[in-house]
Amino acid sequence: MVKNIMIVGVGGQGTLLTSRIIGRAAMKRGYDVKISEVHGMAQRGGSVVTFVRFGDKVYEPVVEEGEADVIIAFERLEALRYAHFLKKDGTIVVNDHRIDPMTVVTGAMKYPEGIIETLSENTNLVVIEGLKAALELGNSKVLNSVVLGAAAKKIGFELDTWLSVISETVPSKTIEINHKAFMVGYSAEN
Amino acid sequence: MSNKVIMLGNEAIARGAFEAGVKVSSAYPGTPSTEISEYLSKYDEVYTEWAPNEKVAAEVAIGASISGVRSMACMKHVGLNVAADPLYTFSYTGVGGGSLFVVADDPGMASSQNEQDTRMIGRASHVPVLEPSDSAEAKEFVKIGFEISEKYDTPIILRTTTKLAHSQSTVELSERVEREPKPYERQVSKYVMMPASAIGRHVVVEARDNAISTDAESLSVNRIEWGDKNIGFITAGVAYQYVKEACPEASVLKIGLTNPLSKSLIEKFMKEIKTVYVFEELEPLIEEQVRAMGFDVIGKDAFTRQGEYSANMLRRVLGTFTGEARAKQTTPPRPPILCPGCPHRAVFSVLSKLKMHASGDIGCYTLGAVAPLSVLDTCICMGASISALHGMEKARGREYIKDWVAVIGDSTFLHTGVNSLINMVYNKSSATVIILDNRTTGMTGHQEHAATGKTLKGEDTYAINLKELCIAIGVPRVLEIPSFDTVEMEKALKAAREDDILTVIIAKAPCALIKGLKFPSFCSVDKEKCKKCGACMKIGCPAITKNEDGTVKIDATMCNGCGLCQGLCKFGAIGMKER
Repeated sequence: MVKNIMIVGVGGQGTLLTSRIIGRAAMKRGYDVKISEVHGMAQRGGSVVTFVRFGDKVYEPVVEEGEADVIIAFERLEALRYAHFLKKDGTIVVNDHRIDPMTVVTGAMKYPEGIIETLSENTNLVVIEGLKAALELGNSKVLNSVVLGAAAKKIGFELDTWLSVISETVPSKTIEINHKAFMVGYSAEN
Repeated sequence: MSNKVIMLGNEAIARGAFEAGVKVSSAYPGTPSTEISEYLSKYDEVYTEWAPNEKVAAEVAIGASISGVRSMACMKHVGLNVAADPLYTFSYTGVGGGSLFVVADDPGMASSQNEQDTRMIGRASHVPVLEPSDSAEAKEFVKIGFEISEKYDTPIILRTTTKLAHSQSTVELSERVEREPKPYERQVSKYVMMPASAIGRHVVVEARDNAISTDAESLSVNRIEWGDKNIGFITAGVAYQYVKEACPEASVLKIGLTNPLSKSLIEKFMKEIKTVYVFEELEPLIEEQVRAMGFDVIGKDAFTRQGEYSANMLRRVLGTFTGEARAKQTTPPRPPILCPGCPHRAVFSVLSKLKMHASGDIGCYTLGAVAPLSVLDTCICMGASISALHGMEKARGREYIKDWVAVIGDSTFLHTGVNSLINMVYNKSSATVIILDNRTTGMTGHQEHAATGKTLKGEDTYAINLKELCIAIGVPRVLEIPSFDTVEMEKALKAAREDDILTVIIAKAPCALIKGLKFPSFCSVDKEKCKKCGACMKIGCPAITKNEDGTVKIDATMCNGCGLCQGLCKFGAIGMKER
């Protein structure tokens, strides 16, 4: 059995770090892991997607349409863009945040209305206000940990595994605040 | 303790080079190859550097090899075009210490201007090509590559692709093996490629090709995985993973050495299997050679030459696709854009205002081609902005290029732009060139270069002064203007348009993403004063959006306080606040 996780967002939001934390957690649990990342041109404020797959043996490094067990979306529009990658009974965790793409800013296209409602109609949906929680903790950058916390139960692994991987991955000065941020998401009622 | 770790393909290549005892590595950054050098630079035992371009990097590796140590040059696929000149002759001379060119292809063009297949260059230059399929193989193939290089006296190409370079998978670490440099021996017939020696070496190259091809059957990088004999795949690189995912029961000939091919292994496989598919990304390099051997296979008639492959793509061709995806929603696209606070935007806003065209180049500033800035008209390859503009002037005259400038980044200028500028001086150009000097190699993720004053290892070094360089080669007018001084920039561009003096404008401001830069203030809109005119939105800053009522809002967390929008607001509605 291979578990498929997708992390989607806007370039610069820290999707890469999140996928690396999930990958390391899976490795700690003894799984074979593959992570596929996006670097270079596509990162510059563009739509970015990274994949984490883990199981007894993983071949393909990417998750394909209809195969994701969990999608973690750092932005609403990106959640909608990749929702068709979700498995029938998969879960999508959405950070309730809007970033207008340039195609919307220039007026060429409209930002879709009612994304959360659309998603809740046919998926298992978890909505989290990551930025709000991060700002309450005093650092907007820990929003990744809040969102990851909200997705952690859907991915699996014990709490200890998550916290120790976060300790190993984030800058040492920010371990405590990242742990707090993770717990905000982890304890949220879904 | 387990020495198993999870590594990016590029990190695994660096680790392999370290373990193989590599002494010297030279490279120019290029997605998806850049991180190899960054990881390798962390090992004190290896000398690593950024060269100004791939040709220089290749020649540094060649020199190190001739001196008797193991050496490496790393580049992206188009970089090998720049380094092709030394490569083709290095194939003739062969090596002293083993030498590896790591070349990263980009099927799907996530960050490239074309989709060329490096294996074709390997074949044309008679250089063996190794193709790993995951991080563990990437590390092992580097080490095997050096062994083949030394055993057969040949440089090696290790060909990777974006999916391999930027995927992480498990790798088992080993220790570094130090090696003594080979004693130097003067060998004119091997290393001085004048006709008399080269004629002799061409014979050696052909014999080497045949020897490697014959021995390739027993090389550990090539293997047959026998399974169902009704269906089989010949595959290489990451495509192997898609085959195993989609069709685990099939027989597989996994080719690790894609040039030269082991004909005996192909024969062995073809004779046993009823239906054989050749599953390789990009060009039909393996397929055509298998067909030339007289075998019938299914290849590019079923699978595209374009983009990246996947397991589902294979399942669809085999008719085994059972996936049930949800309907895809229509969504506004989100293309990459210039960052908030990017100095290129300031320069482009002036070009846009003056309705000028830009002959473009390779870098973040290529993004100036898209709306709303829409100032870039061309982007061909590294350095071409300057020479292409020169070509336009010589074809159509001074009037034709009056409203044109060439734009090129600082790193790209030092890569190959400087040659083009020498040509402009020599052949009496009257054009205007803007060097967008943001003190880094931006698009690839902030690498040092010859004008930043730092080496790849982070040591202080001499920083080439771009202004003095331009003066030294004879450019009659060289101006330095801060990128955000749009008034001065407009004045200079208008003046240059009016006379026929070759002008270089160096637009200076650091990239907003350089580590350690602080942005103490941010822009903020006074809603009462905002007249909803949209002037500030013409610069395409992602921090600027509209409220429901049509007034403008600026996202404080995204804004870097460059103030460009402030200067565009005629109503004084945009102010600056301290964080």
